[in-house]
Amino acid sequence: MLVGLAVIFNVLGNFFLGLGMQEFGRVVSFSPLPYLAAFLNPWVGAGIAMMALWMIFQLSLLSRADLSFVLPVTSLTYVLTPIMSRIFLDEHVSVIRWAGIFLICLGVSAVGRTTPRTTPASVHPPAVVYPLGDDVEDEMAPGDCDRDREHSQ
Amino acid sequence: MRWLLVIVIAIANTLSDLLNTVGMRRHGEVHHFHPTAMGRLVAALVRNPFVIGGVVAMAIAFFALLALLSITDISFAIPATAASYLVETVLAKYMLKEHVSYKRWIGAALVAVGVLLVSF
Repeated sequence: MLVGLAVIFNVLGNFFLGLGMQEFGRVVSFSPLPYLAAFLNPWVGAGIAMMALWMIFQLSLLSRADLSFVLPVTSLTYVLTPIMSRIFLDEHVSVIRWAGIFLICLGVSAVGRTTPRTTPASVHPPAVVYPLGDDVEDEMAPGDCDRDREHSQ
Repeated sequence: MRWLLVIVIAIANTLSDLLNTVGMRRHGEVHHFHPTAMGRLVAALVRNPFVIGGVVAMAIAFFALLALLSITDISFAIPATAASYLVETVLAKYMLKEHVSYKRWIGAALVAVGVLLVSF
């Protein structure tokens, strides 16, 4: 679920940024000013908003699973990006690319079968739970909503 | 020029992932995505030095990616930035002390080869 959200926002972000920057034209600069000007492009703006949401989901994923799990699994981005550029930008997707897409899917399914978190519990401080979510995993009573709870190990 | 940008992106991304992982471990598990909870999460993360470092590295990677996207099409730009897959898995094992099982190695290797092919 979280993996799906992270992947979708990343793909949409890249897609909008790609559209926006091609419209904006060539920029290679060490000065931030041309980039700031690019932000005014609505596609670039939308892309950045998507990336901000992606970051929140990606960081949340990293709080719950290993980097060596999150990294391969979120590479589904590389599967969706060529497919989207094929459908919406009419870019050509070669046989080699399709083979790559297939290998990525295989790899993700292999990693997906491993336990998401392998680091020992002692490495982690008590988890800070953010209340007010309507998440199904939430086992809190409604009255608990206003305070942070900490799980001791 | 585009390969220089790719190298900058790869290094900055690796650094960003490592710092973010350490930062999020210290933060603790995140389970709630109600807007208010996300606001609190962001408020906590802006005080987390590892996450700040991770985000700075990510910003460097991001601006380099914007520049790269402006000179090539996205089907080149995105996969080419994925060079760091196996490196990051090795770093996760030795620096972050994660247990990388054979299934994970196989998976990471397949993904790395796949990403390489996708960038052709």
